[in-house]
Amino acid sequence: MAVDLHKYANPKRFLSIIGAIYPWAALLTVGLLVTGLYLGLFVAPEDYQQGDTVRIMFVHVPAAWMGLSIYTMMAISSAVGLIWKHPVADLSAKSMAPIGAAFTFLSLVTGALWGQPMWGTYWVWDARLTSMLILLFLYLGYMAIWESFDDYSKAAKAAAILVLVGVINIPVIKFSVDWWNTLHQPASVATMEGPKIHSSILTPLLVMGAAYMALFTTIYCVRVKAEILGRRLRMLQINQIQE
Amino acid sequence: MKPFLTLVQRDIQLAIRQGSALTLTLSFFVIAVTLFPLGVGPELNILARIGPGVLWVGALLSCMLTLDRIFQADFEDGSLEQLLIGPLPALFMVLAKILAHWVTSVLPLILITPILAISLNMPIDGVVAMVGALLVGTPVLSLIGGVGAALTVAMRRGGVLLSILVLPLYIPVLIFGVAAVEAAIALLPVAPHIMLLGGLALGALVICPVAAAAALRLATE
Repeated sequence: MAVDLHKYANPKRFLSIIGAIYPWAALLTVGLLVTGLYLGLFVAPEDYQQGDTVRIMFVHVPAAWMGLSIYTMMAISSAVGLIWKHPVADLSAKSMAPIGAAFTFLSLVTGALWGQPMWGTYWVWDARLTSMLILLFLYLGYMAIWESFDDYSKAAKAAAILVLVGVINIPVIKFSVDWWNTLHQPASVATMEGPKIHSSILTPLLVMGAAYMALFTTIYCVRVKAEILGRRLRMLQINQIQE
Repeated sequence: MKPFLTLVQRDIQLAIRQGSALTLTLSFFVIAVTLFPLGVGPELNILARIGPGVLWVGALLSCMLTLDRIFQADFEDGSLEQLLIGPLPALFMVLAKILAHWVTSVLPLILITPILAISLNMPIDGVVAMVGALLVGTPVLSLIGGVGAALTVAMRRGGVLLSILVLPLYIPVLIFGVAAVEAAIALLPVAPHIMLLGGLALGALVICPVAAAAALRLATE
C-alpha cells in the first residue's frame, strides 16, 4: 500500500483538492452542527443532578477533543515538513494553529462556565485544566515563533522543532485524568470497556464531535489556501523587485 | 570525551571570569524569595505553607535569566559556527554548554536553598527533599531552556519569546518538584515524585539536545 504522497504535495494539485473538499465540508458542517445542537439542546434528557447545565458538555467535550487532535495533526504535519522539507506541510501546520488555539480556548471557557454552577468555582488547578491551559500556551508560543522570523523557511523549521518538543504534552493531557485523582471526571467515552455513558447523551456528543471536525476542515481549507496564495504572492513580489 | 570536558571547562571559566553572571542570578534568587515574606506577611505557618512553591518558582525564574547566555556570545562572535564544524558532534557540544549553564547558574541556587528554606520556616525533612528535588529536577530546566535558547539565538529580541516558549514546558517540573517537598513535609513517601522528576530529566536528556542542535544549525545557516 505505497501511496505516492508527493503527488498530493504539489501546491497546485493540493489547492484543487482543497477547493473540491471545501463546499462539501461547509455543507456537512452546517448539517451536523444543526443536528448536533438540536439533539443536544432539545432531545437529550436533562441530568437528574445537573439539570440543563449538562448541555454545556455537548459544546465543551468535542472542543477539548479538537484542541488535542489538532495539535497532534500539527505535529505530524510539522514532522513531514521537517523531514521531507516540503513547504505545503509547513504552511498546513501553520494554518492549523489558530484553529486549534480557538478550540482549546472554547473548551476552557465552556468548562469554566459549567464549573461555576457545578463545582462552585470557575477554575480549579487540577491536572486536566492545568494541562489544557499549557496546551493553549503552546499554541500561542507556536504562533509567536512564526511571527518572529523574517525568513519564512527558518520560521517554519524553528516552529516545527518547537511543536515536536511540545508534543510530549499531548499524552500527559490525555491521560492526566487517569493518572491523577482530580476533580475533573475520568475518560468516559473512549475507554477500554466501551463508552460509559447512555446512548441518549452519547449520540449528540458524537454528532457534535463530527460537526467540529467538519468545521475544522472547512476553516482549514480557507486558511491553508490563503497561506499558499499569500506565499505565492510574496514570491511574485520578490521576483518583480529583482527584475 | 576530552573535547567535551574542555568545552564545559571553557564555558565555566568564561562565566566565572565575567563574574556578574554568577552573582547576579544568585542575588536575584535571594531577593525574589525575600520579597514573599514581605508581601504576604511574616506569619510562620503561612510561610511554611507557601515555602516550597516560592523556592521552586524563584529557582525557575532565576534559571531563565541566564538562558539566553548559553549560545548568545558564541553566536555573535562566530565561534558557534566553529564549534558546529569542530570535532565534537553537535549533540555533545549542546550538552556541554547546557551542563556548563547548569553548573554556573543553577548549582549555586541549589547550594543556597537550604538557608532560604530554613528562613521560610521549612522543616528539616522538607529541606532535604527540596535539595534532592532541585538536584534531580533543575537539569530538566537547563535542557528545555537550551532548546528555547537555541531557537531564539538569532533573534534580536529573543528574551521575551524565550520565556513564552520555555515556561509552559517548565510546568510539569514545578508541579512534581513542589509535590515532592510537600510530601516530605507531610511525612509521606517522597520517592515517587523524585522518580517522576528523574523520568522527566532522562526524557529531556534524550530529546532536548537533538532539538537544540537542529535549532542551532538552523540559526547558523
